[in-house]
Amino acid sequence: MRQQVRKTPPGETFLSAKGIHKRFGALVVLDNVDFSMGEADAVGIVGPNGAGKTTLLSVLAGAFPPSAGTVRFDGRDVTAQAAANRCRLGLVRTHQVPKPFSGMTAFENVLVAATHGGAASRDEAYESAVDSLTLCGMRGVANRQADTLGLLDRKRLELARALATKPKLMLLDEIGGGLTDGEAQELVGTILELRRRGIGIVWIEHIVHILLQVAERLICMDAGRIIADGEPKTVMGDAAVVKAYLGGTPA
Amino acid sequence: MIDTLIQGILLGGYYAVIACGLSFMFSVMRIINLAHGSLAVGSGYGLWLLASRFGIPPFAGLLIVLPVMAGVGWLLQRYLLERSARGGALLPILTTFGLAIVIDNLLFEQFGADTRSLAPFIGSLSYDSWELPGGIYVGKLAILMMATAIALLGGLQFFLSRFALGRAIRATAEDPDTAGLVGIDARKVNALAAAIAMVTVGIAGAFLGMRATFDPYSGGPQLLFAFEAAVIGGAGSLWGTLIGGVVLGLAQSLGAQLHPQGFLIGGHIAFLLALFARLFLTGVAIVGRAGIGKIRLPLGSKT
Repeated sequence: MRQQVRKTPPGETFLSAKGIHKRFGALVVLDNVDFSMGEADAVGIVGPNGAGKTTLLSVLAGAFPPSAGTVRFDGRDVTAQAAANRCRLGLVRTHQVPKPFSGMTAFENVLVAATHGGAASRDEAYESAVDSLTLCGMRGVANRQADTLGLLDRKRLELARALATKPKLMLLDEIGGGLTDGEAQELVGTILELRRRGIGIVWIEHIVHILLQVAERLICMDAGRIIADGEPKTVMGDAAVVKAYLGGTPA
Repeated sequence: MIDTLIQGILLGGYYAVIACGLSFMFSVMRIINLAHGSLAVGSGYGLWLLASRFGIPPFAGLLIVLPVMAGVGWLLQRYLLERSARGGALLPILTTFGLAIVIDNLLFEQFGADTRSLAPFIGSLSYDSWELPGGIYVGKLAILMMATAIALLGGLQFFLSRFALGRAIRATAEDPDTAGLVGIDARKVNALAAAIAMVTVGIAGAFLGMRATFDPYSGGPQLLFAFEAAVIGGAGSLWGTLIGGVVLGLAQSLGAQLHPQGFLIGGHIAFLLALFARLFLTGVAIVGRAGIGKIRLPLGSKT
């Protein structure tokens, strides 16, 4: 099963998680999850609250290690790698609740990511920061202190900061949550642009119609397991998915 | 009266230098380093040793001692503070408390109880002064310390806002986990920040030895002065530290004017007034802002 350490050729598994278990004390949050995707794929993840979506993302990004299982990224076993190393390899995540460095300006937030996320030189970091801010529509607020930004701008900043690290794959956690439809639509525009640039996306989102504009493949999780995986329309029509959404939660 | 004010302000320069490292470490690593004073005294002994044994004047000796202090800071963070920080907020404080005892007693064992000073090795600088109009004399050393305080704090401020590493330190100070997500190695950044803090401690130790005498147990009072200056200025704010140092120096000088033994009491009163004023107005004892970002110490955890 072991592969040689090499760059992933197109069409093959780019990011994979095998046999992932995650327990917090007695609570099993991820129960033998297998997940894999190719380079530049766009995968959506849905599921009721507490299904383990964010935990899966955290394990993939390296926020904490899984209790069992391995994570491979771009031909390497990154299970033991810290988030900072994965980020430099090109795997980066955003938070559900934006976590800007609030004492810094929006530009500084993005610049610090660009500098440490893989830019070769100061000029390159600067350019990458400006490019990320522009792409996320944040030039106008670039010099505002991050803690003065509104929710949409914080979400954009989260995206811009992740983008500035020159990722190959971005893990987005409910980036549309709490936004109006119009605002979420703007974010979709930005994310589609990322796709055009060849960046892979894994996106957790509750607002399904937003998610389906981007995702080519949909995964539904429930109670720490993947219960459906495939073409978005098929997954949304799946009996188990409908049951997980409508059966378990009070409307 | 004007003389007292000027001397008090200049004394604040020394306090700002010694408080600088303490508040820097607190704001970046959130560690209150109780070994701060002892480490400064250790640096003083290092310079004294170089001067008395090898004839290296203290200012040249800094070229040797400061890199050593930086190394000490790196190792301290990497192998001691980082590990103890995993055990909660209290453990690093206890660790540095223990470290202070170890350093003090090692110094005692090595150098004995004699008081030492670097003053004999810096020629006339220790007592030279300039005369201002009105018959006021200001010590050259005091001016040098104030200038160093301003340069050090200004330099740190500039470094934090303009340099990539400075921004990484600010980002790590705010949120080490998120810093990791954008590719910053928080452990390395913290170790570097500790190294920088220890360099300022080394400078403070040099000034301690030049302006006064020290013995192996001088660390405690120096820590107290540093702590008072840092808290008065709002720990975590670099320019606040300068103000805190000046307020402390002024309060001590004025206290000494009012009563022969009022020097320390004056400083303590200023410290307590600042503390209670802040508690009363904001509900938090130590607030850092501006320079490095917002660091809050919850009520009751220290002070």
